[in-house]
Amino acid sequence: MVIVSSSNFLDLDLDNQKKIKLGLDLQGGSYLLLELDNEPVIKQKLQSKLLEIKDYFKKNKIKILSLKLDDKLIKLKVSKDDVEKVEKIFNDKESTINPYYFQYKGHQLNVKINGDVFNLELSKYGIILIKNASLDQAIEIVRKRVDEVGTNEPNILKRGNDRILLELPGLDNPDRIKSLLGKTADLAFRLESKSSNESFGTEKLKLIETGEELLLSKRVIISGDNLVDASPRMDSLNNQTVVSFTLDRVGSKRFAQATKRNIGTRLAIVLDGQIISAPVIRDVIAGGSGQISGGFTFQSATDLALLLRSGALPAPLNIIEERTVGPDLGQDSINAGILSLIIGFLLVIGFMTLKYRIFGIIANFTLIINLILLISILTLLEATLTLPGIAGIILTVGMAVDANVLIFERIKEETSKEKNNLIAFDIGYSKSKITILDANITTIIAAIILFIFGSGPVKGFSITLCVGILTTLFSVFFIARLLTSIYVKINKHKEIIIK
Amino acid sequence: MKKDYKFNQYYKSLNIFSITLILLSLIFLIFKGLNYGVDFKGGTLIEIRVETEKPDIEVLRSSFNKLNLGKISIKNFGSDNDFVVKFKRDELNDPEFIENLQKNLSQELTQDFSFRRVENVGPKVSSELLKAGVTAICLSLIAMLIYIWIRFEWQFSVGAIAALFHDVIITLGIFSALSLEINLSIVAAVLTIVGYSMNDTVVIYDRVRENLKKYSDIKIFDLTNLSINETLSRTIITSSTTLLALVSIFLFGGEILKGFSLAMILGVILGTYSSIFIANPLLVFFKVSQKTVLKEDN
Repeated sequence: MVIVSSSNFLDLDLDNQKKIKLGLDLQGGSYLLLELDNEPVIKQKLQSKLLEIKDYFKKNKIKILSLKLDDKLIKLKVSKDDVEKVEKIFNDKESTINPYYFQYKGHQLNVKINGDVFNLELSKYGIILIKNASLDQAIEIVRKRVDEVGTNEPNILKRGNDRILLELPGLDNPDRIKSLLGKTADLAFRLESKSSNESFGTEKLKLIETGEELLLSKRVIISGDNLVDASPRMDSLNNQTVVSFTLDRVGSKRFAQATKRNIGTRLAIVLDGQIISAPVIRDVIAGGSGQISGGFTFQSATDLALLLRSGALPAPLNIIEERTVGPDLGQDSINAGILSLIIGFLLVIGFMTLKYRIFGIIANFTLIINLILLISILTLLEATLTLPGIAGIILTVGMAVDANVLIFERIKEETSKEKNNLIAFDIGYSKSKITILDANITTIIAAIILFIFGSGPVKGFSITLCVGILTTLFSVFFIARLLTSIYVKINKHKEIIIK
Repeated sequence: MKKDYKFNQYYKSLNIFSITLILLSLIFLIFKGLNYGVDFKGGTLIEIRVETEKPDIEVLRSSFNKLNLGKISIKNFGSDNDFVVKFKRDELNDPEFIENLQKNLSQELTQDFSFRRVENVGPKVSSELLKAGVTAICLSLIAMLIYIWIRFEWQFSVGAIAALFHDVIITLGIFSALSLEINLSIVAAVLTIVGYSMNDTVVIYDRVRENLKKYSDIKIFDLTNLSINETLSRTIITSSTTLLALVSIFLFGGEILKGFSLAMILGVILGTYSSIFIANPLLVFFKVSQKTVLKEDN
């Protein structure tokens, strides 16, 4: 054990293969916690469930008297004679319209029957599955966007079923990433509508640049999904920055048809509920590529192209926590941490030498071994070292001597009763063992609870504290014990005085 | 060099002293409350460095006041050039907020400055963090209770837990009285104090139990005193080395660790005191005797 970790410690200096990772508070960087606002996704899912139910009943020739969505409740009314049959359909374990029973021992929809009306709402499992799916999708897109910006080793983690943790080391200004992640990037090409009674429905949206309101059809001609590529470009004709895009096959076909039929109409390019631009269609656009102009700067065109390439988020992401540390503050923290570690270490070592002389030196040697072990194990575990983590190491230095002190004090007592040094030392060790274990287990319990509930840098503290206690116990019971027994054997017949 | 200090003479007077401190702390905690940082209250914290000699905090304050951020607090942070600015902001979604703030501030403030640290905590996260912190502290107390219940007799558990409550309440009381900020690292400190104080109590209790088995003729009142004396040098040395390490963090570890190390220093002093003057008098109060520990062994 000791050989493995100390050789690893040497490796650390030789080829730098395994390193202690520095936390964001030490190396500088940004920590963002994002939350996915799943409400629209859930609503959408319920809408499509409504259609699914309609199809299913049609296929099975059951008459629906009424079917509507009331907030998050699907209300289904059937004729009285069908109630029993419909109930069976929804509660069947192999039901295709109300699935998941075999995976989760629970259905997708909870069914409550009120006379001839079925009240259907998403069950716990139904909601979790929707959330998980949209979170996975969101993580993919977040990863694409962050990678495109080109940050150093970003760390993207799932937290629960609607949160994403984003760690961006070395980034001291997360504003660009934040603004990129703040956009859903839901792109749609829609036509201007002449009258408000169109079959697809219409809505009024604003043009960003002019504030002009346009009445648009709700029919989406092509969406962001149809895009294969997008990039910023300088339009040489009017010296404007534009975003040029390429469509997939389906998109190209639809785009060509729509432009052919609607020459003279305005085509609105809608991003996240706002119109970027709405040029008048002058000709058929058949090649499957085009460009969006909208008074972009080169930066905003680059960002829009990036967003379009990485795809739309399934739902809006909200930043609910942000912590950014500049690199110079991180360096200051490292310096302060190391300075206080060295001073704390020297103070403790000086104190122990003054107090216990030769045994103090043994305790100090043990402490050094202990520190080396602690750092090696943290390296082996590839733990992240944070500022509170350094504080944990310093605290370990202060508390680690406790075990040796307990033993020395006990031996002191025993030597006053027992003349044989060897026996006195043995009793000293065995009698203090239980006390030392008891005392250290209490600190470990506290540290483990802190690890479970703590977040970020504080977790680093609990890890160093935990590992520190284990290495302390090891070094006291093996290293210090070995050293003291050698010393006692040499001085078997002399009177040994522990001050 | 056998020590024989009469600690037990002070049991009564120091218990009254402790109860007074606890009551005072509770009064502060209830009526004044704790000064939660952005971790637990939500809002924005900016650590700003102003690059001139001796910048004037009032100039900085008036510059910030012109930015319409609502109620702000500005405090010097460590060196003369560093300040911490805090204000409430519920909406964290404006990605350009910090950038704009930096721009607007540079129009107000003539000196060069830089943002060294920015923390934004939304209301949802801060309430979750607070809940997690409180849960962690409560759970650690329960875990200690269970552990000591298994290892010792019930009289000992009550004594040890009373000592823990004493330390935690007074530490928090002092933080409340001095309006010191409570953040995530203070929770870490409180949990470590719980572990440390328990550690100290367990060492003395172990000795009390050992002595109870050894001497049937010494009354618990004197027996606790004997045990305290026997473990006294260990108690002093361990608290000294721990305090040396903590003082080093407090003085040299930088501004961010100040609150943490201060809480720990208070906790170690209180923990050492309570394991002598709270944990032991309670054993006397419960009239623990040789029978108490022997019964358990059979």
